[in-house]
Amino acid sequence: MILDEEEQALLAGAAGSVPQQAIRHQIQVGEFFGARDFVRVAQAHVMADTESLGQAGVRWLEALAATRDGRRRVCIPTITDPRGTDFAKAGELGQSDWMLDLERRAIVAFVKLGVTMTDTCINYQTVLAATRGEHVAFGDTGVVIYSNSVNGARSNFEGGPSALAAGLTGRTPRYGFHLDEHRRATLRLRVDWTPRTLNDWGALGAVIGRLAGQYWVVPVVEGIDRPPSSDELKHFGAAMASFGSTALFHLVGLTPEAPRLADVGADRLAIAHRLGEAEVRALQQSYPRDGRVDVVVFSAPQLSLLELRELSALCAGRRFTVPLLAVTSPQVKPDADRFGYTETIEAAGGSVFAGMCFYQSYAREIAEAKGWKRLATNSAKLVNILGGYGYAPMLGSMQACVEAAETGVLA
Amino acid sequence: MSGITLQARHALGAPVAGEALVAKDGFSARYDLDRIRGVFSRPSHKLVGQSYAGRILVLDTAKGGVASAWMLYEMQSRQLAPLAIVFNTVNPILVQGAALGGITMLAGFDVDVTQAVAPGSRVEIDPRARTLRVL
Repeated sequence: MILDEEEQALLAGAAGSVPQQAIRHQIQVGEFFGARDFVRVAQAHVMADTESLGQAGVRWLEALAATRDGRRRVCIPTITDPRGTDFAKAGELGQSDWMLDLERRAIVAFVKLGVTMTDTCINYQTVLAATRGEHVAFGDTGVVIYSNSVNGARSNFEGGPSALAAGLTGRTPRYGFHLDEHRRATLRLRVDWTPRTLNDWGALGAVIGRLAGQYWVVPVVEGIDRPPSSDELKHFGAAMASFGSTALFHLVGLTPEAPRLADVGADRLAIAHRLGEAEVRALQQSYPRDGRVDVVVFSAPQLSLLELRELSALCAGRRFTVPLLAVTSPQVKPDADRFGYTETIEAAGGSVFAGMCFYQSYAREIAEAKGWKRLATNSAKLVNILGGYGYAPMLGSMQACVEAAETGVLA
Repeated sequence: MSGITLQARHALGAPVAGEALVAKDGFSARYDLDRIRGVFSRPSHKLVGQSYAGRILVLDTAKGGVASAWMLYEMQSRQLAPLAIVFNTVNPILVQGAALGGITMLAGFDVDVTQAVAPGSRVEIDPRARTLRVL
């Protein structure tokens, strides 16, 4: 890779061993992908729940944070993805003290490194959305696909170590979705049915993600008949990224880089697949509704204020027979409290969590501690992930899931 | 298929040799593995129930979220990581994780590597030459 003077100095250790270690890591990754040079980034977003980090990862962070030579703090705004717990409600999840201790140690290390603990995977709705053409280093696949596709920003999937490295150096290797040539469409799809619920948007994203199949495929979709809301695109993108490892999509006439097919090179592509309601229903039905439900979870991505408003309205006056968990960001939770949404949900027997995400919070251990296996959710992303954690996940609309919390059965 | 050498476009890590665990399927440390036991746990995965520790994974593509970048390092710290991971196509997360975890990685072939390498065969990877040799 071609390094400018500042990068050469970082590599030589002029700023200390922490930035030096960071840029070494970035060069190793950049050279793997044939990056020509670095690009400066405006923000970094670090995914680092302790279920992923483990003891080894936390020790690695603590070692960085304990470094005394040179600079150890990030040099650009660097924020965090959800943590592995909501400390105020960890007992409701059956989490053990060692999990909470590990979380606390990770937080202390991140703060010493200058990281801002936003603990959210919906930073594009709640903190600071990236803008068109802005280069960023974002973790969480849902954040990346939304920022790339809806905002027109430029990011690869940056795992925790690489996003932290970007925070420490202020740059990232210029490859993948930082480059024009990788942002052009490679898979053309036509839909003849526009989803109406968040669950349907997620399922359509899941279908497209499965068809895309890998990171470097860029789907372009024609036929969506109205501008989707931010929450609809959040579920659509998060599911597509989860099922397909997809990092960028275009909706013709709707997303910023694709006013017309030709703008993303898709006029030269044949339509590879025609999709409609049947494909969405088939995806949903591939997660069988198996009688009783043990728990209902709204998470992945964290709920926006308007999702909590809708959920609150659905919960009003009900009395749940199985636990209902709703997970949001620390930025949204105070407003949900202020507007009475939390109180309404919890009066029905639900529980509103902040700053975590269900699957990033020791989901396997929660299942064992609480005896939860049959889980109902409206998140296509969550059903995709939880199979590997021993759950039998079921996918339904928000309304159907709320009713399941009351009746114990997902209709 | 013994004796063949496959050329990759991307590589990192140290030279290794070991037994290949092969499937035309994806890979995500979060979605697919019981990392405590060191086995594939996702019911729909073609390698479900099989141990990956110390073996060379030969798979189609990287899948899923960003957690694998930390998880490979954590798995390596407990000596319950694959010896190497070989993909037809890879995403940045698995590369970042391999770089942090010191796990050899190879990706990008002109043939389908999951077809070219027989399950259980012994293979040798030379990252400097970007080659995989079936012994």
